[in-house]
Amino acid sequence: MKIVFELNGIKQEIDCLPDSRVVDLLREELGHTGTKEACGSGECGACTILVDGVSKLSCLMLAAQLQGRSITTIEGMSSGKKLHPIQQAFVDKGAVQCGFCSPGMLMATVDFLQRNPAPDRQQIRTALSGNLCRCTGYQKIIDAVESAAAEMRDEL
Amino acid sequence: MTTYASPIGSSLKRVDGPGKISGLEKYAADYYPDNCLWAGAKRSDHPHALIKKIDISPVRNLPGIFAVLTHEDIKGANRVGVPEMDQPVLADCKVRYKGDPVVLVLAENKTLLQEAIDKIIIKYEPLPAVFDPEAALAENAPLLHENRNNKNLLLGGKVIRGNSIAAMSECDAVVEADFQLPWQEHAYLETEAGVARVDEEGILEIIASTQTPWRDRNELAYALGWPVDKIRVIAPYLGGGFGGKDGITVQGLLGLAALHSGGRPVKMWNSREESFLSSTKRHPGQVHYELGCKNDGTLHALNCRIVLDTGAYASLGGPVLALAMEHAAGVYRIPHALIEGFSVYTNNPVGGAFRGFGAPQVLAGLEQVMDILADKIAWDPLAFRLKNAVMRGDETGAGVWMSNSTAIIPCLEKVQEHPLWTSRQAWVSQSPPFKQRGVGLAAGLQGTGYGPMVADIANAKIELLSDGRFRIYSGVADMGQGNNPTNVQIAAEVLGQAAECFELIQPDTLQTLPSGSSAASRTTYSYGNALKAAALQLKERILTRACNMGMGLYAEDFLLSSGRLNHLPSGREIPLGLVAASMRPEERVSIYSYTAPVNRYPDKINPDIRAAGFPHRVFAFACHLARVQIDELTGEVEVCDYLAVTDAGKVLNPQLYEQQVQGGAVQGMGYALWEDFKLDRGELMTRNLATYILPTSMDVPDILSIAVETVEESGPFGMKGIGEIVINLALPAIANGIARAVGQHIFKSPLTAEQLLLILEKRPAE
Ligand code: FES
Ligand code: FES
Repeated sequence: MKIVFELNGIKQEIDCLPDSRVVDLLREELGHTGTKEACGSGECGACTILVDGVSKLSCLMLAAQLQGRSITTIEGMSSGKKLHPIQQAFVDKGAVQCGFCSPGMLMATVDFLQRNPAPDRQQIRTALSGNLCRCTGYQKIIDAVESAAAEMRDEL
Repeated sequence: MTTYASPIGSSLKRVDGPGKISGLEKYAADYYPDNCLWAGAKRSDHPHALIKKIDISPVRNLPGIFAVLTHEDIKGANRVGVPEMDQPVLADCKVRYKGDPVVLVLAENKTLLQEAIDKIIIKYEPLPAVFDPEAALAENAPLLHENRNNKNLLLGGKVIRGNSIAAMSECDAVVEADFQLPWQEHAYLETEAGVARVDEEGILEIIASTQTPWRDRNELAYALGWPVDKIRVIAPYLGGGFGGKDGITVQGLLGLAALHSGGRPVKMWNSREESFLSSTKRHPGQVHYELGCKNDGTLHALNCRIVLDTGAYASLGGPVLALAMEHAAGVYRIPHALIEGFSVYTNNPVGGAFRGFGAPQVLAGLEQVMDILADKIAWDPLAFRLKNAVMRGDETGAGVWMSNSTAIIPCLEKVQEHPLWTSRQAWVSQSPPFKQRGVGLAAGLQGTGYGPMVADIANAKIELLSDGRFRIYSGVADMGQGNNPTNVQIAAEVLGQAAECFELIQPDTLQTLPSGSSAASRTTYSYGNALKAAALQLKERILTRACNMGMGLYAEDFLLSSGRLNHLPSGREIPLGLVAASMRPEERVSIYSYTAPVNRYPDKINPDIRAAGFPHRVFAFACHLARVQIDELTGEVEVCDYLAVTDAGKVLNPQLYEQQVQGGAVQGMGYALWEDFKLDRGELMTRNLATYILPTSMDVPDILSIAVETVEESGPFGMKGIGEIVINLALPAIANGIARAVGQHIFKSPLTAEQLLLILEKRPAE
């Protein structure tokens, strides 16, 4: 079937099987390998993308569900050369080790900070608990989200 | 002239950060070559069986199926493994665990691949199987590998010091306990993955998520019968490793596939379930401890028996046992000791390298026994450890000579004066209703590098490019720990450059030089030493050339800075590109080979154990403290506060150092509390992240890290390895905290809520 959607601001028209998984579509068909897969069954958050601004697990979504939607992947997070403040905070605060969880973490954080621009550490811990990280012990990720939130509030 | 801040000791941002957070960094899993085939294995569903018949006829002619391969298609020895080559790429006569690959399928896409795999029929003749290592040691146990003199015993040996049997009877207090340690799954987020192809010149090129590109190349040549100089292995940044990619995972199957794909590229990427099924795990262990001391608090005698289940294949089961034995007496002087070790084949999944490499299993037992013994003679657990802790020049109870920097006593003292320790009674007494609180600690050590029998060599290579920038050829894979960014930091220090002046080549057997595995807390230690020397050599060449060119009289009149050479007497600035242009290409490349020092002492150790890597020379030390709170109604354990004091030498980059401490401690908490890897007669019961529970951000506290920075003279800029020491102590520290809360030790881990509830229910109500 033909589906039409927007990917990082660019209109896409593609022919695909309606039941192909969105994560495969992104990675295999569209070359957007920034979105990761680490479990394929909704348990790790590595495949998180934004669908109309809301975080969704792309390993559990089927291509047909993209019809008419606007989606954002990690590749579309920063505009131009400048990193998004959350990305910058991840780099500055040392929230990245192997980095395989990072794209999903970042996407989940964008969604979360939209809903709660001034979270405390515990709220951040709760919000990101669906995103597994095996390297960092989460602490520096929480540091980064805290600092990005402050930065983004200042910008407003 | 810009002022210059030394990068060593500063939290220089990781150079790999921007690529990773923008989704642009390509991991092995991210390669989808044009026209590529997918490869996947049909795996055994028997734990132990003869293969009677492989029927591939139902799939051979299916549309979209390119090839179906069995062991008969393998030209080489069909065996991988280090040091014991006992693991088939595809099983030949028999299967030895549920998960052994038997048939390899190449298909046009993932869906067709899975359909074909499901359709293949393999007829087995089941054999008696053995799942318990003690049972596997029995006289008439079924044999995993025929023709082995030692039958199911992969490696066994003893360390004997003094006479522990007699000495035990001289003790005033003795404690005995049996510990059961579980499997632990690495659960890196990037499951085993790679792509491969054979190019026009017959080069088999593999891009894989691997910690060991050079070793892989040798193993593949032997197993597949392809010339070693026609194999190229490339290791991009890994999406985690922790030891689980210390050796062949998908590389054997991938290589085989590429040799039968008619020149098309092939891709493999294990699903999470297949990863659980086929990857190596931390060895489960049964550890018996008997520890005795005198009334004055001095440890006097130790008996320890360690049995590790290495599963169906050797992997690194021998060296893991040797390290377990080496670390079994922990950080203590004990004059009399008997440490026996057995690494045993069973029909379980394969045990292999995992961060800590045998040390977490034994320290879990020893450090709990230390607490029980301290209580028995009414000593403070911390004072008891201080009384017996080694200093530089001492030998541990395992006979390991502390020849290099040794700061366990300062680590213990830091904990002793810390508010989390000094205020512990008050904290415990403020326990909320229906909660019980306890504070526990544990101390330990971890060897850096390979030990005496395998030379720990790193070959660094750095190049001054013609435009005045530098290129570092990384020899050791970066699985996330940040050794490659640290390489930039080291070279930046020596050459006076900003980080932006460098580019990095990831390990690649064609372009970079063999530098050993990304393992054993050695990556920055060994490669860093080599790189530092290579960079110094390059610096001298640059300065000499500048003098040759008449830019100054003496090399010492020059200062290197970002992209420039400053001639101090005249104040002139010379672009580095200008100097580079006058150097021949080979002159601009500097190579240095470094070999880590080994502990040649003592020679009295059992030669088999010694050959497996006992003992080390350089050690990191740590003391961890955990404040835990147990919910009386659910049995759940909450780690409220956690302190990690570490001596890993000088800290090159505080941010990267903390990353290791925090990540390691949390992985240790998973091992202690939640990661319950379950098998039922070789059948995996925990096959995914829904049943095998990893710590999430909600489950763990912030970790407080204190670095005791001794100077390790042999390490680059005084550092020693931090990667593994960080995971060793969470289990015993938490277990000791729990025991202080509920008044009873739990000897079987993980320390689940279920076990806690049983204890709490038996306790009389207050
Ligand atoms: S890959 Fe989608 S949640 Fe894990
Ligand atoms: S940084 Fe490796 S999984 Fe999060």
